[in-house]
Amino acid sequence: MIDTRRLIAKRKRQDLVFNVLGIICTLIGIVTLVALLLDLAASGLGRIDWQFLSSFPSRKAVNAGVLSAWVGSLLLMLVTITLAVPLGVAAGVYLEEYSRKNWLTTVIEINIANLAGVPSIIYGLMALGLLVYQFHLGQTLLVGGITLAFLVLPIVIVATREALRAIPTGIREAAYALGATRWQVIKDHLLPYSAGGIATGTIIAMSRAIGETAPLVTIGALTFIAFLPDAPVQSQFPFVNFKWLNSPFTVLPIQMFNWVDRPNNPENDFHRNAAAAGLVLILMTLSLNAVAIVIRYRLRKKIKW
Amino acid sequence: MVAIPAAIAAPPELKAVIKGLSFFYGDHQALKDIHLGLPDNAITALIGPSGCGKSTLLRCFNRMHDLYPGNRYVGEIVLRPGNLNIISPRVDPMEMRLRVGMVFQKPNPFPKSIFENVAFGLRLKGINNRHVVAERVESALRSAALWDEVKNRLKQSAYALSGGQQQRLCIARALAPEPEMLLFDEPTSALDPAATAHIEDLIYQLKDRLTIVIVTHNMQQAARVSDETVFLYHGEVIEADKTSTIFENPSKELTSEYLTGRFG
Repeated sequence: MIDTRRLIAKRKRQDLVFNVLGIICTLIGIVTLVALLLDLAASGLGRIDWQFLSSFPSRKAVNAGVLSAWVGSLLLMLVTITLAVPLGVAAGVYLEEYSRKNWLTTVIEINIANLAGVPSIIYGLMALGLLVYQFHLGQTLLVGGITLAFLVLPIVIVATREALRAIPTGIREAAYALGATRWQVIKDHLLPYSAGGIATGTIIAMSRAIGETAPLVTIGALTFIAFLPDAPVQSQFPFVNFKWLNSPFTVLPIQMFNWVDRPNNPENDFHRNAAAAGLVLILMTLSLNAVAIVIRYRLRKKIKW
Repeated sequence: MVAIPAAIAAPPELKAVIKGLSFFYGDHQALKDIHLGLPDNAITALIGPSGCGKSTLLRCFNRMHDLYPGNRYVGEIVLRPGNLNIISPRVDPMEMRLRVGMVFQKPNPFPKSIFENVAFGLRLKGINNRHVVAERVESALRSAALWDEVKNRLKQSAYALSGGQQQRLCIARALAPEPEMLLFDEPTSALDPAATAHIEDLIYQLKDRLTIVIVTHNMQQAARVSDETVFLYHGEVIEADKTSTIFENPSKELTSEYLTGRFG
């Protein structure tokens, strides 16, 4: 009797120890992140104003701004998502619903898993060699977008496949049993039901892409851009144009890196600018995510589980 | 020419005839040389112990096995009228599934509204006119004895319904495109006794309109609802006859052993 009690007490102690250990591990991550954010906010928050957001880079820190950088980041995300989501979803649907399981699809699957782990600078090198040197597409938004789309493609593919796999077999069989073709099952059932999961994958992909610097530096994105790309919309027919795709660009992380790289100088405080640019980047990431979460919520509301 | 008496010339109307059907999951043979006739406008129950091949046989009738790789059919299942061999590779499974509907073991409504669940099969048949769709949805829900319970909440999620209601919704969904034959794969095994009784009544009423094949683990259910019973064991048909004959006077030792619960 006493032995049992002692045994239980011992096991409860073990439980407590692990509980405390878990809390500490969780806190290490969160506290570090909060500290970093606070540090960034402390040095950068005061610098963010309308002038900072609406000015081009300048040699004087007080005149400099992130206009070309945030517009570049935004447009780059637009290109990346427009390319990566349809490609990734189509590839995921193919692999999950159409492909027969044989050695070729196994090789493809292993490669997709591996591609997600390839360092981003390798994608930059590939884009430099293929898109810039071979196809002479230039160091443009289009090339940057294609590069980042390749980079995040595995994320979208894997998320799509996971979302499709989560749909119960019974639902698939019910649709087929009514005489639906594979495409009808995909279009009317599988895609709508997996849209939430795909949206989550897209959010992760976007968060990854917006912070990327290395591949863009590799393809030769500029660090000093004192103009904006042509506006994608116009007042005359056909109301959209694609000239902006061929425009050189810079993005927030590159601008940030550029400013961090300068010697610290109290009169010309570029480090403060870098911190502010970092905050703008975080804000942009969060607001893009917020948009995606709203879209996901809307999609899920239509599905009546 | 000797005149053949009409009674002999016209054998009982058969909806489907199975000739020498074998089925393989990869290398494993799950059905062995099955010969069977399914009478029209009647309920045929498939019984037998777990793994005997009764669900496998049922799923041959709408080519569900085509969805998974490595499955192979041998032989014929001839569907009348038209003498269509539904397991022939030349027959499009999409097309024959419009003639043969199915209700599954676990209720599996789509995560859509009640209305859309029933309407889906109609849209697949190219019926898109709003009034016609609404009419057919209502009549299918009435046939499935569900209309009165859901008529005021057709736009609600199918998942807001109880398990028994969900299964009746699945029956309505299968009935809406007006199939000639309806397959039930242990349709009440996930339901409570009251819901089970409700579904059994429904199945019994439906036989006036179509041919029904039902797989069941429940001997009493087979005895209650079916006209014909087929006893399968290890992928073979041991005995197939009128339900009353099978239950009261089976000709095979194995059948009576199974029915009296000595194995299975």
